[in-house]
Amino acid sequence: MAEFALPKHSKIVKGIDYPIKSEAKNTKKINVYRWSPDDDENPRIDSYTIDLDQCGPMVLDALIKIKQEIDSSLTFRRSCREGICGSCSMNIDGTNTLACLKSIDDVKGDINIYPLPHMEVIKDLVPDLSKAYEQLTSVKPWLQSKSEPEKGKSRKQSPKEREKIDGLWECVLCFSCSTSCPSYWWNGDKYLGPAVLLQAYRWIADSRDENTEQRLEDLEDSFKLYRCHTIMNCTKTCPKGLNPAKAIGEIKKLQLERK
Amino acid sequence: MQSKSHGVVHWKLQRISAIAMIPLVIWFVSSLVLSLTNNYDQSVSWLQNPLNATGLVLLFGTLYFHAASGLQVVIEDYVHNEGLKIMSLILIKLLSILLGVLSILCVLKIYL
Repeated sequence: MAEFALPKHSKIVKGIDYPIKSEAKNTKKINVYRWSPDDDENPRIDSYTIDLDQCGPMVLDALIKIKQEIDSSLTFRRSCREGICGSCSMNIDGTNTLACLKSIDDVKGDINIYPLPHMEVIKDLVPDLSKAYEQLTSVKPWLQSKSEPEKGKSRKQSPKEREKIDGLWECVLCFSCSTSCPSYWWNGDKYLGPAVLLQAYRWIADSRDENTEQRLEDLEDSFKLYRCHTIMNCTKTCPKGLNPAKAIGEIKKLQLERK
Repeated sequence: MQSKSHGVVHWKLQRISAIAMIPLVIWFVSSLVLSLTNNYDQSVSWLQNPLNATGLVLLFGTLYFHAASGLQVVIEDYVHNEGLKIMSLILIKLLSILLGVLSILCVLKIYL
Protein backbone atom coordinates (compact mmCIF):
# COMPACT_ATOMS: atom_id res chain seq x y z
CA MET A 1 0.00 0.00 0.00
CA ALA A 2 1.02 3.64 -0.16
CA GLU A 3 3.63 4.65 2.39
CA PHE A 4 2.48 7.78 4.13
CA ALA A 5 5.52 8.39 6.29
CA LEU A 6 8.80 9.02 4.51
CA PRO A 7 11.77 6.82 5.40
CA LYS A 8 13.67 8.03 8.45
CA HIS A 9 16.65 9.39 6.56
CA SER A 10 14.49 11.51 4.24
CA LYS A 11 14.25 14.33 6.74
CA ILE A 12 17.14 16.70 6.17
CA VAL A 13 18.22 18.93 9.03
CA LYS A 14 20.27 22.11 9.07
CA GLY A 15 23.96 21.40 9.37
CA ILE A 16 27.13 23.30 10.07
CA ASP A 17 27.73 26.77 8.67
CA TYR A 18 31.32 27.48 7.62
CA PRO A 19 31.52 31.26 7.13
CA ILE A 20 34.41 32.76 5.22
CA LYS A 21 37.27 34.01 7.36
CA SER A 22 39.12 36.27 4.93
CA GLU A 23 38.04 39.67 3.60
CA ALA A 24 37.07 38.20 0.24
CA LYS A 25 34.61 40.25 -1.81
CA ASN A 26 33.58 37.78 -4.51
CA THR A 27 32.04 35.01 -2.41
CA LYS A 28 29.53 32.22 -2.98
CA LYS A 29 27.64 30.10 -0.49
CA ILE A 30 27.51 26.42 -1.31
CA ASN A 31 24.98 24.22 0.47
CA VAL A 32 25.88 20.54 0.37
CA TYR A 33 23.92 17.43 1.37
CA ARG A 34 25.83 15.44 3.98
CA TRP A 35 25.08 11.97 5.26
CA SER A 36 27.33 9.38 6.75
CA PRO A 37 26.53 5.69 7.29
CA ASP A 38 28.86 5.66 10.29
CA ASP A 39 26.49 7.34 12.74
CA ASP A 40 22.73 7.23 13.11
CA GLU A 41 22.22 10.90 12.30
CA ASN A 42 19.77 12.27 9.75
CA PRO A 43 21.18 13.91 6.63
CA ARG A 44 22.09 17.57 7.00
CA ILE A 45 22.88 20.52 4.78
CA ASP A 46 26.28 22.06 5.48
CA SER A 47 26.96 25.55 4.15
CA TYR A 48 30.40 26.60 2.94
CA THR A 49 31.18 30.13 1.85
CA ILE A 50 34.14 30.29 -0.52
CA ASP A 51 36.19 32.99 -2.22
CA LEU A 52 35.50 32.72 -5.95
CA ASP A 53 38.63 34.71 -6.80
CA GLN A 54 40.63 31.82 -5.34
CA CYS A 55 38.65 29.07 -7.04
CA GLY A 56 38.34 27.47 -10.49
CA PRO A 57 35.26 28.18 -12.63
CA MET A 58 33.32 24.93 -12.22
CA VAL A 59 31.22 23.54 -9.38
CA LEU A 60 33.65 20.63 -9.14
CA ASP A 61 36.47 23.13 -8.52
CA ALA A 62 34.45 24.54 -5.64
CA LEU A 63 33.87 21.07 -4.16
CA ILE A 64 37.58 20.22 -4.42
CA LYS A 65 38.45 23.56 -2.81
CA ILE A 66 36.06 22.85 0.06
CA LYS A 67 37.50 19.37 0.56
CA GLN A 68 41.07 20.65 0.49
CA GLU A 69 40.71 23.81 2.52
CA ILE A 70 37.60 23.64 4.70
CA ASP A 71 36.27 20.15 5.34
CA SER A 72 38.24 17.08 4.29
CA SER A 73 35.38 14.77 5.29
CA LEU A 74 33.25 15.92 2.32
CA THR A 75 32.83 12.89 0.06
CA PHE A 76 32.15 12.88 -3.68
CA ARG A 77 33.24 11.01 -6.80
CA ARG A 78 35.40 12.70 -9.37
CA SER A 79 38.16 11.83 -11.77
CA CYS A 80 38.73 13.45 -15.15
CA ARG A 81 37.32 16.94 -14.43
CA GLU A 82 36.43 17.37 -18.12
CA GLY A 83 33.13 15.55 -18.67
CA ILE A 84 34.53 12.30 -19.99
CA CYS A 85 34.53 9.93 -17.04
CA GLY A 86 30.99 10.56 -15.78
CA SER A 87 31.98 10.23 -12.12
CA CYS A 88 30.91 13.58 -10.69
CA SER A 89 27.22 13.41 -11.58
CA MET A 90 25.08 15.02 -8.88
CA ASN A 91 22.07 17.28 -8.46
CA ILE A 92 23.23 20.90 -8.69
CA ASP A 93 20.79 23.80 -8.52
CA GLY A 94 17.90 21.36 -8.96
CA THR A 95 19.23 19.63 -12.06
CA ASN A 96 21.23 16.44 -12.47
CA THR A 97 24.49 17.22 -14.18
CA LEU A 98 28.25 16.75 -14.06
CA ALA A 99 29.87 19.03 -11.49
CA CYS A 100 32.89 19.45 -13.78
CA LEU A 101 30.74 20.78 -16.64
CA LYS A 102 28.54 23.05 -14.52
CA SER A 103 29.85 26.59 -14.31
CA ILE A 104 29.57 28.32 -10.93
CA ASP A 105 28.47 31.50 -12.74
CA ASP A 106 25.45 29.68 -14.19
CA VAL A 107 23.92 29.39 -10.73
CA LYS A 108 22.19 32.47 -9.36
CA GLY A 109 22.39 32.79 -5.57
CA ASP A 110 23.54 29.94 -3.36
CA ILE A 111 24.52 26.68 -4.99
CA ASN A 112 22.54 23.72 -3.63
CA ILE A 113 24.18 20.35 -4.17
CA TYR A 114 22.51 16.99 -3.55
CA PRO A 115 23.35 13.44 -4.62
CA LEU A 116 21.53 12.00 -7.65
CA PRO A 117 17.83 11.74 -6.70
CA HIS A 118 16.10 8.57 -5.56
CA MET A 119 19.20 6.44 -5.24
CA GLU A 120 20.48 4.91 -2.01
CA VAL A 121 23.23 7.13 -0.67
CA ILE A 122 26.55 5.56 0.28
CA LYS A 123 27.96 8.75 1.74
CA ASP A 124 27.39 12.48 1.13
CA LEU A 125 27.24 12.95 -2.67
CA VAL A 126 28.05 9.35 -3.52
CA PRO A 127 24.99 7.35 -4.66
CA ASP A 128 24.84 3.58 -4.89
CA LEU A 129 24.78 2.82 -8.62
CA SER A 130 25.26 -0.94 -8.36
CA LYS A 131 21.68 -1.73 -9.48
CA ALA A 132 22.02 0.60 -12.46
CA TYR A 133 25.29 -1.13 -13.44
CA GLU A 134 23.55 -4.51 -13.16
CA GLN A 135 20.86 -3.26 -15.52
CA LEU A 136 23.55 -2.04 -17.90
CA THR A 137 25.15 -5.49 -17.90
CA SER A 138 21.75 -7.04 -18.65
CA VAL A 139 21.60 -5.36 -22.09
CA LYS A 140 25.03 -6.80 -23.01
CA PRO A 141 26.67 -3.52 -23.99
CA TRP A 142 29.33 -5.04 -26.19
CA LEU A 143 29.64 -6.13 -29.81
CA GLN A 144 27.98 -9.47 -30.49
CA SER A 145 28.80 -11.01 -33.83
CA LYS A 146 29.10 -14.53 -35.24
CA SER A 147 30.94 -13.58 -38.39
CA GLU A 148 34.68 -13.04 -38.23
CA PRO A 149 36.25 -9.88 -39.66
CA GLU A 150 38.81 -10.27 -42.42
CA LYS A 151 42.03 -11.58 -40.97
CA GLY A 152 44.09 -8.82 -39.44
CA LYS A 153 41.51 -6.17 -40.35
CA SER A 154 38.89 -4.36 -38.34
CA ARG A 155 35.17 -4.70 -39.04
CA LYS A 156 34.14 -2.41 -41.87
CA GLN A 157 31.51 0.27 -41.44
CA SER A 158 30.49 2.89 -43.99
CA PRO A 159 30.44 6.57 -42.90
CA LYS A 160 26.66 6.43 -43.19
CA GLU A 161 26.41 3.41 -40.89
CA ARG A 162 28.84 5.03 -38.52
CA GLU A 163 26.65 8.15 -38.37
CA LYS A 164 23.84 6.11 -36.87
CA ILE A 165 25.65 5.77 -33.55
CA ASP A 166 26.45 9.47 -33.30
CA GLY A 167 24.66 10.90 -30.27
CA LEU A 168 24.83 7.46 -28.66
CA TRP A 169 28.50 6.57 -28.25
CA GLU A 170 29.17 9.86 -26.43
CA CYS A 171 27.26 8.73 -23.31
CA VAL A 172 29.59 8.62 -20.30
CA LEU A 173 27.18 6.63 -18.11
CA CYS A 174 26.82 9.25 -15.41
CA PHE A 175 23.16 8.20 -14.86
CA SER A 176 22.00 11.83 -14.61
CA CYS A 177 19.17 10.92 -16.99
CA SER A 178 17.94 7.74 -15.31
CA THR A 179 17.89 9.41 -11.90
CA SER A 180 15.91 12.37 -13.29
CA CYS A 181 13.17 10.10 -14.64
CA PRO A 182 10.02 9.76 -12.48
CA SER A 183 9.27 6.41 -14.07
CA TYR A 184 12.72 5.23 -13.00
CA TRP A 185 12.11 6.58 -9.49
CA TRP A 186 8.90 4.57 -9.10
CA ASN A 187 9.93 1.41 -10.95
CA GLY A 188 13.73 1.50 -11.04
CA ASP A 189 13.87 -2.18 -10.11
CA LYS A 190 12.08 -3.27 -13.29
CA TYR A 191 12.32 -0.35 -15.75
CA LEU A 192 15.78 -0.13 -17.31
CA GLY A 193 15.83 3.67 -17.41
CA PRO A 194 17.03 6.07 -20.13
CA ALA A 195 20.79 5.59 -19.65
CA VAL A 196 20.64 1.82 -20.08
CA LEU A 197 18.10 2.00 -22.92
CA LEU A 198 20.31 4.48 -24.78
CA GLN A 199 23.18 2.02 -24.38
CA ALA A 200 20.95 -0.79 -25.62
CA TYR A 201 20.05 1.28 -28.68
CA ARG A 202 23.71 2.14 -29.25
CA TRP A 203 24.31 -1.57 -29.99
CA ILE A 204 21.03 -2.06 -31.85
CA ALA A 205 21.98 0.82 -34.16
CA ASP A 206 25.52 -0.43 -34.71
CA SER A 207 25.79 -2.05 -38.17
CA ARG A 208 28.60 -4.33 -36.95
CA ASP A 209 26.44 -5.95 -34.28
CA GLU A 210 24.59 -9.06 -35.47
CA ASN A 211 22.39 -9.72 -32.48
CA THR A 212 19.81 -6.99 -33.12
CA GLU A 213 16.80 -9.32 -33.17
CA GLN A 214 17.65 -10.91 -29.81
CA ARG A 215 18.39 -7.51 -28.31
CA LEU A 216 14.96 -6.24 -29.36
CA GLU A 217 13.29 -9.43 -28.14
CA ASP A 218 14.91 -9.01 -24.71
CA LEU A 219 13.66 -5.42 -24.48
CA GLU A 220 10.08 -6.16 -25.53
CA ASP A 221 8.67 -6.02 -22.04
CA SER A 222 6.01 -3.79 -20.54
CA PHE A 223 8.36 -2.85 -17.70
CA LYS A 224 11.91 -2.91 -19.08
CA LEU A 225 11.06 -0.62 -22.01
CA TYR A 226 7.46 0.55 -21.90
CA ARG A 227 7.61 2.28 -18.52
CA CYS A 228 9.02 5.18 -20.56
CA HIS A 229 6.15 7.64 -20.85
CA THR A 230 8.11 10.21 -22.87
CA ILE A 231 8.44 12.56 -19.92
CA MET A 232 11.68 13.90 -21.50
CA ASN A 233 13.47 14.74 -18.23
CA CYS A 234 16.32 12.55 -19.47
CA THR A 235 16.94 14.66 -22.56
CA LYS A 236 16.52 17.89 -20.65
CA THR A 237 19.06 16.99 -17.99
CA CYS A 238 21.78 15.19 -20.03
CA PRO A 239 25.05 17.07 -19.35
CA LYS A 240 26.44 15.80 -22.65
CA GLY A 241 23.48 17.13 -24.66
CA LEU A 242 22.36 13.67 -25.79
CA ASN A 243 18.78 12.58 -26.41
CA PRO A 244 17.94 9.33 -24.57
CA ALA A 245 14.20 9.90 -25.15
CA LYS A 246 14.79 9.75 -28.90
CA ALA A 247 16.83 6.56 -28.56
CA ILE A 248 13.97 4.97 -26.59
CA GLY A 249 11.53 6.18 -29.26
CA GLU A 250 13.66 4.47 -31.92
CA ILE A 251 13.57 1.20 -29.97
CA LYS A 252 9.77 1.45 -29.71
CA LYS A 253 9.59 2.08 -33.46
CA LEU A 254 11.68 -1.01 -34.18
CA GLN A 255 9.46 -3.05 -31.85
CA LEU A 256 6.43 -1.95 -33.91
CA GLU A 257 8.13 -3.00 -37.13
CA ARG A 258 8.96 -6.43 -35.69
CA LYS A 259 5.45 -7.39 -34.66
CA MET B 1 -1.46 -9.40 -17.21
CA GLN B 2 2.03 -8.09 -17.83
CA SER B 3 3.32 -11.07 -19.70
CA LYS B 4 6.42 -10.39 -21.71
CA SER B 5 4.87 -10.30 -25.16
CA HIS B 6 2.31 -7.68 -24.18
CA GLY B 7 4.66 -4.71 -24.21
CA VAL B 8 4.43 -3.69 -27.83
CA VAL B 9 0.84 -4.89 -28.35
CA HIS B 10 -0.44 -2.86 -25.43
CA TRP B 11 1.55 0.19 -26.52
CA LYS B 12 0.27 -0.09 -30.09
CA LEU B 13 -3.40 -0.61 -29.18
CA GLN B 14 -3.28 2.31 -26.76
CA ARG B 15 -2.05 4.59 -29.53
CA ILE B 16 -4.42 3.26 -32.19
CA SER B 17 -7.41 3.74 -29.88
CA ALA B 18 -6.21 7.27 -29.09
CA ILE B 19 -5.99 8.14 -32.78
CA ALA B 20 -9.37 6.55 -33.48
CA MET B 21 -10.95 8.67 -30.79
CA ILE B 22 -9.86 11.97 -32.35
CA PRO B 23 -12.45 11.94 -35.20
CA LEU B 24 -15.01 10.12 -33.06
CA VAL B 25 -14.87 12.68 -30.26
CA ILE B 26 -14.90 15.64 -32.67
CA TRP B 27 -17.95 14.15 -34.39
CA PHE B 28 -19.69 13.37 -31.09
CA VAL B 29 -19.10 16.77 -29.48
CA SER B 30 -20.08 18.70 -32.60
CA SER B 31 -23.25 16.59 -32.91
CA LEU B 32 -24.05 17.36 -29.28
CA VAL B 33 -23.56 21.08 -29.80
CA LEU B 34 -25.63 21.07 -32.98
CA SER B 35 -28.49 19.20 -31.29
CA LEU B 36 -28.57 21.31 -28.11
CA THR B 37 -32.01 22.65 -28.96
CA ASN B 38 -33.42 19.28 -30.04
CA ASN B 39 -36.46 17.93 -28.22
CA TYR B 40 -36.87 14.30 -27.08
CA ASP B 41 -38.32 12.98 -30.34
CA GLN B 42 -35.62 14.64 -32.44
CA SER B 43 -32.92 13.16 -30.24
CA VAL B 44 -34.41 9.68 -30.51
CA SER B 45 -34.63 9.95 -34.28
CA TRP B 46 -31.00 11.17 -34.38
CA LEU B 47 -29.99 7.99 -32.59
CA GLN B 48 -32.08 5.88 -34.96
CA ASN B 49 -29.96 6.98 -37.89
CA PRO B 50 -27.66 3.96 -38.53
CA LEU B 51 -24.61 6.20 -39.07
CA ASN B 52 -25.08 7.93 -35.74
CA ALA B 53 -25.71 4.66 -33.90
CA THR B 54 -22.60 3.11 -35.47
CA GLY B 55 -20.55 6.15 -34.49
CA LEU B 56 -21.73 5.96 -30.90
CA VAL B 57 -21.10 2.22 -30.59
CA LEU B 58 -17.57 2.71 -31.98
CA LEU B 59 -16.96 5.66 -29.67
CA PHE B 60 -18.06 3.77 -26.54
CA GLY B 61 -16.04 0.72 -27.51
CA THR B 62 -12.84 2.69 -28.10
CA LEU B 63 -13.41 4.97 -25.12
CA TYR B 64 -13.69 2.20 -22.53
CA PHE B 65 -10.88 0.21 -24.12
CA HIS B 66 -8.60 3.27 -24.10
CA ALA B 67 -9.58 4.23 -20.55
CA ALA B 68 -8.91 0.70 -19.29
CA SER B 69 -5.50 0.46 -20.94
CA GLY B 70 -4.55 3.93 -19.68
CA LEU B 71 -5.61 3.13 -16.12
CA GLN B 72 -3.70 -0.14 -16.34
CA VAL B 73 -0.50 1.82 -17.01
CA VAL B 74 -1.18 4.19 -14.11
CA ILE B 75 -1.71 1.27 -11.72
CA GLU B 76 1.36 -0.59 -12.92
CA ASP B 77 3.33 2.62 -12.38
CA TYR B 78 2.20 3.44 -8.88
CA VAL B 79 0.76 0.36 -7.12
CA HIS B 80 3.62 -1.77 -5.89
CA ASN B 81 1.75 -4.22 -3.69
CA GLU B 82 1.41 -7.27 -5.96
CA GLY B 83 -1.96 -8.43 -4.61
CA LEU B 84 -3.52 -4.99 -4.67
CA LYS B 85 -2.15 -4.41 -8.15
CA ILE B 86 -3.65 -7.57 -9.62
CA MET B 87 -6.97 -6.91 -7.88
CA SER B 88 -7.23 -3.36 -9.20
CA LEU B 89 -6.20 -4.41 -12.71
CA ILE B 90 -8.94 -7.08 -12.77
CA LEU B 91 -11.45 -4.64 -11.31
CA ILE B 92 -10.67 -2.05 -13.98
CA LYS B 93 -11.00 -4.62 -16.78
CA LEU B 94 -14.34 -5.88 -15.45
CA LEU B 95 -15.70 -2.38 -14.83
CA SER B 96 -14.77 -1.13 -18.27
CA ILE B 97 -16.32 -4.20 -19.91
CA LEU B 98 -19.46 -3.73 -17.82
CA LEU B 99 -19.77 -0.03 -18.64
CA GLY B 100 -18.86 -0.55 -22.30
CA VAL B 101 -21.45 -3.29 -22.83
CA LEU B 102 -24.06 -1.31 -20.91
CA SER B 103 -23.48 1.85 -22.99
CA ILE B 104 -23.59 -0.05 -26.27
CA LEU B 105 -26.77 -1.89 -25.27
CA CYS B 106 -28.42 1.44 -24.42
CA VAL B 107 -27.60 2.73 -27.90
CA LEU B 108 -28.91 -0.45 -29.49
CA LYS B 109 -32.10 -0.38 -27.43
CA ILE B 110 -33.03 3.03 -28.84
CA TYR B 111 -31.79 2.15 -32.31
CA LEU B 112 -33.66 -1.14 -32.68
